[in-house]
Amino acid sequence: MAEITQLIHKYLRHEKKFPHVWCPGCGNGIVLGALIRAVDRTGFTKDQIVLVSGIGCSGRMSVYVDFNTLHTTHGRALTFATGVKLANPKLQVIVVMGDGDATAIGGNHFIHAARRNLNLTAIIINNNIYGMTGGQYSPTTPYGAWSATAPYGHIEHPFSIAELAVTAGAAWVGRGTVYHANLLDQLMEAAIYKRGFAVVEVISHCHTQFGLKNKQGGPVEMMRRQKEMAVRVEKAKTMTPEELAGKITIGTLVDRDLPIYTQEYRRIREAAGGGKK
Amino acid sequence: MNTETGQPRLLQGNEAVVEGALYAGCRFFAGYPITPATEISEAMAYRLPAVGGTFIQMEDEIASMGAIIGASLAGVKAMTATSGPGFSLIQENLGFGVMAEVPCVVVNVMRGGPSTGLPTHVSQGDVQQARWGTHGDHPIIVLAASTTRECFDLTVRAFNLAEKFRTPVILLTDEVVAHTREKIVLPPPGELEVAERQEPTVPPDWYIPYADTASGVPPMAVFGDGYRYHVTGLVHDVRGFPTERPDEIVPFLNRLFRKINQHFQEIMMVKEELTEDAAVLVIAYGSVARSAKRAVREARERGIKAGLLQLVTLWPFPRQLVEPYLMQVKAVLVPELNMGQISREVKRVNQGLTRVETLNRIDGKLMTPGEIVERLVKL
Repeated sequence: MAEITQLIHKYLRHEKKFPHVWCPGCGNGIVLGALIRAVDRTGFTKDQIVLVSGIGCSGRMSVYVDFNTLHTTHGRALTFATGVKLANPKLQVIVVMGDGDATAIGGNHFIHAARRNLNLTAIIINNNIYGMTGGQYSPTTPYGAWSATAPYGHIEHPFSIAELAVTAGAAWVGRGTVYHANLLDQLMEAAIYKRGFAVVEVISHCHTQFGLKNKQGGPVEMMRRQKEMAVRVEKAKTMTPEELAGKITIGTLVDRDLPIYTQEYRRIREAAGGGKK
Repeated sequence: MNTETGQPRLLQGNEAVVEGALYAGCRFFAGYPITPATEISEAMAYRLPAVGGTFIQMEDEIASMGAIIGASLAGVKAMTATSGPGFSLIQENLGFGVMAEVPCVVVNVMRGGPSTGLPTHVSQGDVQQARWGTHGDHPIIVLAASTTRECFDLTVRAFNLAEKFRTPVILLTDEVVAHTREKIVLPPPGELEVAERQEPTVPPDWYIPYADTASGVPPMAVFGDGYRYHVTGLVHDVRGFPTERPDEIVPFLNRLFRKINQHFQEIMMVKEELTEDAAVLVIAYGSVARSAKRAVREARERGIKAGLLQLVTLWPFPRQLVEPYLMQVKAVLVPELNMGQISREVKRVNQGLTRVETLNRIDGKLMTPGEIVERLVKL
């Protein structure tokens, strides 16, 4: 059997819940593929993985994979994940969110989770729009873009999610695109392995909503844009701000060793005389 | 802090809630500071690590509720505590807890509202919010404590009901109950019932996470125990996967209600004081029940055959335990620290059986026995 077929059989709930809800050409499938390949390489068992998701197109990812899966409320995925992880630190908790999910309604939870440094993996699929509800602007919709709620052009300025995560204190932050599939596999694996709060921002596309409204074409054209806009972090260091205008950096933005919340809490238990659970 | 059992101690209601939670096996608490509930967080932060549990102060009450649901799914008994403004934020994920059938306990120490209201003053203004707060039709269990001892007992009870029926349970106290210090002798382990959730005994391949059962409560697997299943706030089929099929939606939602309804006997609790021969009845709960207890005794001294029916379970409303009294007495007085939130329920079940009068106080002060006696005399 081809490797991909084996992985599909091993990790997807293919008998139960397909076809999926995503549009043909959506980047979510590429993200899911990268996630599955990364999990497979890390060697964690399916029982050890808890996949938590929020609401939106990305939120549906948890339905399709054969892990312990938790499809939460809009923006709150990280809060549920926090409870799961603290209750059983042995579980490997991966959280999948969208740009609106993680940085609009869930923005507060996102920065505090980063600051707190629980050993969680947060994957944020950034397609610059609310896709499921029909193409309204999100915190990452570019200035001047068109959306269902910006019919005269968007007047707000976007968040840069990965940089936000760095500033909020995340231990590891990476950014990839769905075009750079090999890099995405590597980023996912590194994020899962990382001891601490690890964020992977995945630049994706919503041709159905964003692409159509902004005349950016279909999935192929939009992925070509990702290729053209992306600059490796290492190369970006050698470029001037003028050269970097309109570009996005991809790769590992930050990797630092910080005390992990559950380790710190173990110290509190010892101080309180509670020792191990 | 002295944690011995069997010794008399002087505890406030908030501290007794903490002792009750630990007695019931609560090992996870997530909360956000708010008056007059903060002592619960503080005591939990101190006590939980000492028993191998975990305390975390979250960024808000929405997050606190999400965290306790997550912890419960991972197999740990979990609780949060708040007051009115925080209780409003809890509503969102409370509905998730009901929908996904996740046991947990929410304590709401009521203060004056609406909005920021009266942070340090007593109220019973959240009774209807506790019943209806979260979107969509949903069943809920709500208990109300009136003394330090009840804070302890009912917290244990709240956990038992949550675990048995796989549902969030709300414990309402109020600023007076929370901050009044009273003597309490904590029971030794084993004296009170402590219920555990039913876990699946079948092999993982046979496990149907949301199957209908005789009790209406499906066994609950713990994340990581080999039963990989899907948990969602969407309406789901018996396997936990989202569904839009009417023939799956209706049985699921009906079961959510049935699992509570068919256990009314176990859920409904009242306390009776001098009710056997009562001609006039006070129906009260929370701190008002304390004043009412004294009021009916004083009324008796003045020759009025008064009795007190203290509601311990507020929701589902203990209709079967109230109705016989409505047939017995010539009048009912419902004193409350709100504009009439339980009295409207008493009136609803009364159906003309007797006369129902209300006594409402909304100035942030406690209800005095004298006020109640004054009204009993005139009934």
